[in-house]
Amino acid sequence: MTEFLEFLFNGIALGGIYALIALGFTVIYRASSVINFAQGSFLLLGAYLVAWLHVDKGLPFAVSVLIAIAVTASVGALFQIGVLRRVTGQQVFTIVMITIGLNVVLTALVPAAISSIGQSGSDIGDPWGSSTLGIGGVTLTYVKVWTVITTLFVLLLFFLFDRYSRYGLAMRATASDEEAALAVGVPTRRVNALAWGIAGAVAVVGGFFLAGFPSRADPVLGLASLRAFPAIILGGLESPTGAVVGGMIIGVVEELTAGYQPNHASWLGTNFYIVAPYLVMILVLMVKPYGLFGQRPVERA
Amino acid sequence: MAALMLWFPFSPMATKFWLVTAVFILIFAIGALGLNVLTGYTGQVSLGHAFFIAVGAYTGAYLGGVGSRDITGLGLSAAIWIPAAGVIAALCGLIIGPTALRLRGLYLGIVTIGLVFIGQHIWVNAPRITGGPGGRTLPSITFGSFDLGQDQTIAGITFDSNALNYYLCLFILAAAMLFVWNLARTRMGRAMQAVRERELAANLMGINLARTKITAFVISSFLAGIAGALYGSQIHFAAPNPQTWDLILSIQFVAIIIVGGVGTVSGALLGSIFIGALPQILNNYAGSIPFGLIQTTAGGGGYISYGDAAAVVYGVLIIVFLIVEPRGLVGLAARARRLAARYRSTRGAPPSVPSQRPASAEEVVK
Repeated sequence: MTEFLEFLFNGIALGGIYALIALGFTVIYRASSVINFAQGSFLLLGAYLVAWLHVDKGLPFAVSVLIAIAVTASVGALFQIGVLRRVTGQQVFTIVMITIGLNVVLTALVPAAISSIGQSGSDIGDPWGSSTLGIGGVTLTYVKVWTVITTLFVLLLFFLFDRYSRYGLAMRATASDEEAALAVGVPTRRVNALAWGIAGAVAVVGGFFLAGFPSRADPVLGLASLRAFPAIILGGLESPTGAVVGGMIIGVVEELTAGYQPNHASWLGTNFYIVAPYLVMILVLMVKPYGLFGQRPVERA
Repeated sequence: MAALMLWFPFSPMATKFWLVTAVFILIFAIGALGLNVLTGYTGQVSLGHAFFIAVGAYTGAYLGGVGSRDITGLGLSAAIWIPAAGVIAALCGLIIGPTALRLRGLYLGIVTIGLVFIGQHIWVNAPRITGGPGGRTLPSITFGSFDLGQDQTIAGITFDSNALNYYLCLFILAAAMLFVWNLARTRMGRAMQAVRERELAANLMGINLARTKITAFVISSFLAGIAGALYGSQIHFAAPNPQTWDLILSIQFVAIIIVGGVGTVSGALLGSIFIGALPQILNNYAGSIPFGLIQTTAGGGGYISYGDAAAVVYGVLIIVFLIVEPRGLVGLAARARRLAARYRSTRGAPPSVPSQRPASAEEVVK
């Protein structure tokens, strides 16, 4: 039972990270119907910035994270303003490819640039190390406890913003019908830039914690973001709620599989936990093709 | 263009390096052509192309490779294993195609990503066929006693092994291009394009969605399988390393058809040339990029390495290129042709010609 609780908690921690990454994808998809393949490089940028500011420059940890969030959010927003605005109305394909281009640039540039100006390389210097916390026989690492707390906090912030703020409303209006929103005076261009900014910001938190587990910022971090794909599809591409629910399901499934499959179903092969989220995703999609919270578009011939 | 490509191995440009690059470009063009049938013509987004490439490579290894104690290999002729790689991959496409009946757009795209990961899992866990995590070797292409892995003399001319592979791949690519070119004009090809434009309308017109989509999947994975077998035989190896059959490979194929031009036959080749040759050119000439930042010691002094600099330039070029010409290289070519036509019409013909035409039409009426 304790073992199960530990696995479950680790699953929720991982699920929280996936939820944050998935939220980044969802916010952008909702605003512009594009899957942002550069999301992984935003994670990378965030993690490397934290490593550089905190370890090299000696800034307090929280300050480094805030600066990293500000920088990454600006990169996202500026990319939308400077590049994507020029290809508005082009095929989705073309726009997706441009985000892949950005991903190539940042993935090569960020680790090289940060390690060329910094000394410590990629040590992220997380303040919790491997210290643990025991609650009734269940051992939890502090990193994961903080992961759960922070991700829940950030998700709560986002949902409050989305639900109650003026810009949250504008974002939802733009998502439901961009032209109609424009017609009633919603500054849709600014809203799109904001969506990219938010995606950048949540990516930093997700990226930091994803890097925080092995406690290093690593170039493969960008690829790790792809593991959040089952979460966004499971939840439904345009639904932030779906991103969170999907993220949690995928995180828990992954940790439980990693925990139990090697001993109880070893015939499934090594590292089966990497595949398990995709199998869950495919099963769900066969029943609900637009995910758990996605909307089936109305079609007219 | 065709003549130029036939002549290429004899041109002074064809050093071993460029010849090898050209072979890979041709192989990628074959695979990209397959993706273009599925994504470009039929509008079904797939990021699972790497899976079918891998199926082709492993089929080639299984049928053509030499067996050992732990790995089965049948040692057949390339005349069998190259087509068989296509057929086996096409069968996989036939099994997976029906998912496209239920899923649309980017949902399908991401489910096919799942295919890549599930594939990786299978490659690692079926060692008798795939060699497991360590992978297995592939033979060079051999027809009977004629080995394309060695230099051969035909009618007094000695062909370099790379040139032989080049011509084989060129031949297969030409056949594939001709096939897709014709396909686009058949009933099935028109149906595919109708499905791409608007699925519901196509269905109302009496197009069988299931048959159309599954056919597209089968053709696409057939070409991917062939490309996979050729690719494997060129690198002499098929292994589930993170670098070989992963999502990056799938994305690279998507990049090829987008940069080349979605839904065009020549786009697959043009895109492959661009995506295949550009990193090589950049890597070769990164030394002359005029930034003080760039140093030869990769990571040593903490400077940006040639490879990273090349990757940055490559990414920036893709972005800039797509902003300037979102339709890809094919769009650029069309633009150039229009410009040339305008140039000819302003220079070649006297301005009085247009005004004469109505007159002659009047005469016809009389």
